[in-house]
Amino acid sequence: MINEGIVNVSYIIATILFILALGGLSNQETARRGNWYGIIGMTIALLATIFGDVAANYDKLIVALLVGGSIGLLLARRVQMTQMPELVAVLHSLVGVAAVAVGFANFMGHGSGFTGVELTIHDIETYLGILIGAVTFSGSVIAFLKLSARISGTPLTLPGRHWFNLGLLIGAFWFGYQFVVQSAAGGGLTPLIIMTVIALIFGVHMVMAIGGADMPVVVSMLNSYSGWAAAATGFMLGNDLLIVTGALVGSSGAILSYIMCRAMNRKFLAVIAGGFGTGGGTAAKGGGEDQGEVIAIEAHDTAALLADAKEVMIIPGYGMAVAQAQHTVFEITRKLREKGINVRFGIHPVAGRMPGHMNVLLAEAKVPYDIVFEMDEVNDDFPDVDVSVVIGANDIVNPSAQTDPDSPIAGMPVLECWKGTTSIVLKRSMATGYAGVQNPLFFLENTRMLFGDAKATLDEVLKAL
Amino acid sequence: MKIGIPREIHSGEQRVATTPDVASQLIKLGYSIAVEQDAGAAANYSNSAFEEAGCEILATADAVWEQADIVLKVRAPEQGEEGRLRSDQVLISFLAPGQNTELLETLTKSGGAAMAMDMVPRISRAQKMDALSSMANIAGYRAIVEAAQHFGRFFTGQITAAGKIPPAKVLVIGAGVAGLSAIGAAKSMGAIVRSFDTRPEVKEQVESMDAEFLMLDFDDEDGTGEGGYAKVMSDEFIAAEMALFAEQAKDVDIIITTALIPGRPAPLLITAEHVGLMKDGSVVVDLAAETGGNCELTEPGEVVVKDGVTIIGYTDLPSRLATQSSQLYATNLRHLLTDMTPEKDGSLVIDFEDEVVRGATVCKDGETTYPPPAPKLSAAPAKPAAEAAPAPIVEEKDPSIAGPIIGMVVAGLALLGLGAVAPPSFMAHFTVFVLACFVGYMVIWNVTPALHTPLMSVTNAISSIIIIGALLQISSADKVIMWIAVVTAGVTAINIAGGFAVTRRMLEMFRK
Repeated sequence: MINEGIVNVSYIIATILFILALGGLSNQETARRGNWYGIIGMTIALLATIFGDVAANYDKLIVALLVGGSIGLLLARRVQMTQMPELVAVLHSLVGVAAVAVGFANFMGHGSGFTGVELTIHDIETYLGILIGAVTFSGSVIAFLKLSARISGTPLTLPGRHWFNLGLLIGAFWFGYQFVVQSAAGGGLTPLIIMTVIALIFGVHMVMAIGGADMPVVVSMLNSYSGWAAAATGFMLGNDLLIVTGALVGSSGAILSYIMCRAMNRKFLAVIAGGFGTGGGTAAKGGGEDQGEVIAIEAHDTAALLADAKEVMIIPGYGMAVAQAQHTVFEITRKLREKGINVRFGIHPVAGRMPGHMNVLLAEAKVPYDIVFEMDEVNDDFPDVDVSVVIGANDIVNPSAQTDPDSPIAGMPVLECWKGTTSIVLKRSMATGYAGVQNPLFFLENTRMLFGDAKATLDEVLKAL
Repeated sequence: MKIGIPREIHSGEQRVATTPDVASQLIKLGYSIAVEQDAGAAANYSNSAFEEAGCEILATADAVWEQADIVLKVRAPEQGEEGRLRSDQVLISFLAPGQNTELLETLTKSGGAAMAMDMVPRISRAQKMDALSSMANIAGYRAIVEAAQHFGRFFTGQITAAGKIPPAKVLVIGAGVAGLSAIGAAKSMGAIVRSFDTRPEVKEQVESMDAEFLMLDFDDEDGTGEGGYAKVMSDEFIAAEMALFAEQAKDVDIIITTALIPGRPAPLLITAEHVGLMKDGSVVVDLAAETGGNCELTEPGEVVVKDGVTIIGYTDLPSRLATQSSQLYATNLRHLLTDMTPEKDGSLVIDFEDEVVRGATVCKDGETTYPPPAPKLSAAPAKPAAEAAPAPIVEEKDPSIAGPIIGMVVAGLALLGLGAVAPPSFMAHFTVFVLACFVGYMVIWNVTPALHTPLMSVTNAISSIIIIGALLQISSADKVIMWIAVVTAGVTAINIAGGFAVTRRMLEMFRK
């Protein structure tokens, strides 16, 4: 209905809007505007495609869009902020499914009309789009299951799993070759389906092998994959908008993964290879025995300590999310701030199960974002802090990362709360964190342990205040 | 000229007007010094130490008064001392000329000159001679030490294996030099310290000492008087103040009062009723005991227990820290003498053009010169300056550039290889792809970590642009393809709507 030139210009506008959207998301002041840029960009791209390229079946299309859109809005409204990582994982899987479906539909359409090298390249593009899409899909599903605790978060380490992965990779290459050869002769559906199955298995196996603590990396990595899948599809369809958007998303996810890995002082490949925190080998060393006694504390004494402090640092971890304690934390923060106590939050980059997870939870509880600080911003201030409250965090406040070169988390940057006057650690029990490492912080003389469910104990502290 | 240091005769007075260290510096100014035997003994300065410093030791006070041209003392002359001043002599000591009119008359009649250390004007230049501040500093510190002595608990709060110890709560009334010193001492012992003052501008100083400043819920009446002292307040103000003290008396363990108004009796702040409200075992230290006391039940010079509350009314707190206070007082005197000896030849010049000398001199040549003309400048007590934190030095390792270069070369060769075989249409798309990767890299790198989750959900929503693939296929005549495309469009629509909506919901929550 509208000519190709207008469609292309619309695509350029959409591309620019997407870039502005990502740029806008880089800081708090412009973030909301950024989201709107994204929405407008997406609307323009959809309208241009619908009016430019769709020739029939409008009824079915509109029904599909309405049904899908309603489900999406409902999900977005219903989801609890603590379940954000699960939701993000599910949404990634949908992009994966879409990439696979578009790839297959495109292949079956045989409408490309390419020959020779162009056909080969086109086939490789199709193949890659489906491969990445399938890995994204199955990996995201497993990540979702792990995050929602429907399956165990502990890494699954099959014997010889690296060989297994290598086998899958070689298989993917072999069938890729088969596919290109058969496609030139008009066939190729069989190798494509086999490859899809291989990719699905690979996605499952890859995420199964990664422990819960590494989930921030996994989630952002899957985010990256969903972008690459879109980009590969874009190559396949010769659509620049898809390529650009996919590349934007892909590189942004890759950078986030890199940031997460750096925060844990680990190599990206090591995280992906998985198996971290199995409790075997070095992790067992020095675990638990003869660390000394912990000093327990009651809720009302905690309240007294907090009320007498001048500088309070709250260090939330995944435990706060599990216990849904963020609202109570905020109430305590408000009480303390009314008394003129300087309360700040110190957020470790990999706290939680998703990049920025803690920030979202605190924002949900209405904690103003200007008292929420990154690790690097507050780590030097700990000597002046009177009371640090560690809520359901373990590895991110483990001094052995700095002191014990044999520790599995050696070299990981941690929040140095032990340099403050007193640290109060809220924990259910003396169990170790995801890394399976005992935490010497708990046995320090200036550490007090407050055992119990974070929400219940914090409610008591709030009452005592 | 010869400086004479007689022994202090006031009963219990342990200070001395100079120390061996200061004496040797005075000798460098050209003076000779005669010290009465055992003048410094009570402050732990022995005769031999003075002798080593170059002083002459005289056996009696008579000899000192006889030989000296300048007499340095701590306390005002008493018990006949005032009659010893000769017309060619200069006396420098605390005099309180406002209260001691008789003494002033006697001194004037002698024809000699008398300078009052307590009349040194409070101007910036004279801070080094401000003996009142020196003594107030010591008194404030000592008040906390005395309070600690009579208080039955720790100052600091602790949580021990044997149970919780709450920190002591200390209220310091009057945040002058003594008050701030008391705040500092109490704070360093770990107490919770609050302070009240009628002068709002000291709030900052109190807070700089880490104590809480109590504000009066009252129309802003400024109690700042001349020369950095407080003035007398209105009746309503005092009523509000009393209510505050009554409320605080119930809560705090220790009250230190330091409220003085120059030339008047000390204001009554803590009534018998307030003392009754205080917990048993509490302590009141009244630094204003000498001028009548801020507490109704204070007995000057005594420690009394009323209603279970210990009330300390010592008037000689600086003397109870004699070594320290002698040293500070002697140094204040030395600064004054240094200013008054312009030629450094050991001859004292009383120059009335000098504001400090004019202010301190109460009588000269048979004439009373007290009170002096009003000081021109008012100086607030020096604020403790906040130390600027040194800028952290960030050391960065030079990253090796060999790795990236090799990587770039390999990537470049791979691209060249690709370019050799790929058709132009592919290369056009590929160019777009590579550029987009770089744009993404540049844009994302500056994202604040707090926004990682919203960023991820928005990129997720954007990546469902893959719906375009489905839209391109939905018009296909092939039913299978058409239905696949319809389902794909529906699925990605979930992602689009869900991703943007949840991002919006999250961003709405982020607020300052």
